[in-house]
Amino acid sequence: MTIEELHKIALAERDAQKKFQHHVCVCIAAGCLSSGADLVRDALKMEVVESGMQNEVLVKGVGCMGLCSAGPLVTVETEDRMFSSVTPESAPEIIRSMDTGGDPLAGGLHHCPTNVPFFERQKKIVLENSGQIDPERIEDYIAHDGYLALVTAITEMSPLEVIEQVKRSGLRGRGGAGYPTGLKWSTVAKTGEQEKYVICNADEGDPGAFMDRAVLESDPHRVLEGMAIAAYAVGAQRGYIYVRAEYPLAVKHLKTAIKQAERLGLLGNSISGTRFSFHVDIRLGAGAFVCGEETALIASIEGKRGTPRPRPPFPAESGLWECPTLINNVETFANIAPIVRNGAEWFAAIGTEKSKGTKVFALAGRVENTGLIEVPMGITLREIIFRIGGGIPDGKQYKAVQTGGPSGGCIPAEHLDSPVDYESLARIGSIMGSGGMIVMDETSCMVDVAKYFMEFCMSESCGKCIPCRAGTQQMHGILEKITAGVATPADVALLEELCELVRNTSLCGLGQSAPNPVVTTLKYFRKEYDAHVTGEGCPAGTCKTPEEVKGAEVNV
Amino acid sequence: MTNAPDKNDMQTFVGAPQLPSDDKRWKIVEATARRHGREPHALIETLHTVQECFGYLDENALRFVASVLRVPLSRVYGAATFYHFFTLKPNGRHTCVVCTGTACYIKGAPQLLKAIERRYAIKPGETTPDGELSVLTARCLGSCGLAPAAVLDSTVLGKLAPEDILARIQKGIHP
Repeated sequence: MTIEELHKIALAERDAQKKFQHHVCVCIAAGCLSSGADLVRDALKMEVVESGMQNEVLVKGVGCMGLCSAGPLVTVETEDRMFSSVTPESAPEIIRSMDTGGDPLAGGLHHCPTNVPFFERQKKIVLENSGQIDPERIEDYIAHDGYLALVTAITEMSPLEVIEQVKRSGLRGRGGAGYPTGLKWSTVAKTGEQEKYVICNADEGDPGAFMDRAVLESDPHRVLEGMAIAAYAVGAQRGYIYVRAEYPLAVKHLKTAIKQAERLGLLGNSISGTRFSFHVDIRLGAGAFVCGEETALIASIEGKRGTPRPRPPFPAESGLWECPTLINNVETFANIAPIVRNGAEWFAAIGTEKSKGTKVFALAGRVENTGLIEVPMGITLREIIFRIGGGIPDGKQYKAVQTGGPSGGCIPAEHLDSPVDYESLARIGSIMGSGGMIVMDETSCMVDVAKYFMEFCMSESCGKCIPCRAGTQQMHGILEKITAGVATPADVALLEELCELVRNTSLCGLGQSAPNPVVTTLKYFRKEYDAHVTGEGCPAGTCKTPEEVKGAEVNV
Repeated sequence: MTNAPDKNDMQTFVGAPQLPSDDKRWKIVEATARRHGREPHALIETLHTVQECFGYLDENALRFVASVLRVPLSRVYGAATFYHFFTLKPNGRHTCVVCTGTACYIKGAPQLLKAIERRYAIKPGETTPDGELSVLTARCLGSCGLAPAAVLDSTVLGKLAPEDILARIQKGIHP
């Protein structure tokens, strides 16, 4: 595949699409699909056939459009209109109105304005194709400049030049820790000529996070392209995508994408007629949160229990089957092609001094607009929650936002104006994390939330090291006592001591960060802990009073 | 699964262990193992195939996977119990998976589970004595926009109140 051939495919696809007067896109990513988007797409296709408009209207299934709570979403690209909560019954009206020139809203459809902050305040790089292209057609991806970066990199750039470009872009790992991507790549590249691997970490285990799933479902080729560029840069021949078995649609789209790319010679042996070969395989995760940790993930790909091991040696030097291994997250790989295509300086101009580019967040919880958003680094939490998110529904008061999942923290109102970047979030006790962002209002008890995350870490602890295995259990027990209203101040003191201990002595990131939700809630919502301990009861009214607990025991 | 292996089967799989029965699904399992060269690293992939074919992993299956991949049974059992996705017991005719992700949790997932427990007397991971309904939990379905969400027999239900889920389960069991 040469650049010219790529341009030819793109041109043919654009011409084919231009023939249609109207482009109707239906979101068929998991969010909308669970609201019945597939039936909506079928109803639209049927109506096109019935009204004999096959040559004028193109109906295509596309990826995530972001506003998941208003799904199923349908856009008419050519008219720049979006409809929300479309049903199979109301969908045909979209087609009929094209035919008659009538107002589709008269037929029971809901207009979804796109000139609102939810759409306008976003900046899309990773999600630029989401909601635009058909994820199951490589031609559509190529028509949107797909694989241009890969072919350019392997035919016109040296591996070192690619690494330099990624370094200069300032891209940092989007899995949460924020390690500079270019530095990681050069470590793997420096190990010399030998068998090497590239792994894409798509084991999105954080509850409340679905960014990676959306990228894989909506634009799988972007991830493959990023992986292939990485493989060329570091000198790897094989790649694995470790993806959750709970994401069947993402797996299906990935499988299709790999086959298509192989058929066009964009993956496989001697890509673009060069000596560079790269084969990609999928490995299914099996529901273990700890497998997001890189050494545990490697153990899992090797068919073992997913338990981490001490580092060093880091996977960059000794990873999968003891070979040098590059592990990056889905979103990190999704940023690579645009960086190579548009240049490092373009990317570095977005974001803050130390955190470049954009970040995708899954905005959910007690917020008006829930869904998937992509924003430039440095935007404030207030802007995300109150402008893009549209604030708290039902006239309730904002209490906290939880970022980073079970490894992150709860951020109170006083820090709403802090910018979203790796350093700022760490300074206030949370982490960037992979991108889950759960908003809570006054009805959530912060001790209960801390208990929820501790229960998660307790049952997800792999059991290898004692501080995590036993410590999370002990902390969970104390939190149970507090929420049941039977704890004493001494229990809270012990809880604080355990936080320090588990954080400092656990083997891997799971244990080291497990105390974060407790530490931040203790720091910012100490009053709520005190209220439970002094017998005042739960301020949010979610936890049981000692009397209720006793009553329940009697009933049993 | 108690039938003796068919002689023809044994001839087809020279060098491979006997299939536990002439159930065709074992051939699919064997094919997964073969695709990965019967290497030990195919363990999780092979267990996935077993669960996809049979719905759960019983002792028979674990022993077969151990022999086909030439790994100790203890390692197979270790992996099967380590990963939450694998289950060692069969589910009921209907399954209801309640999402307990963060967004669902703060929007009322515990109340959904409580309502199910009150009506059917089963806790997450349990099946009703008549084998009709199993209730399970998921760490996160990723349908956070629809919180609280549940999956009833592979249909995703969103924005559920306790009475909604009970009505849907009732309708699912007795259509």
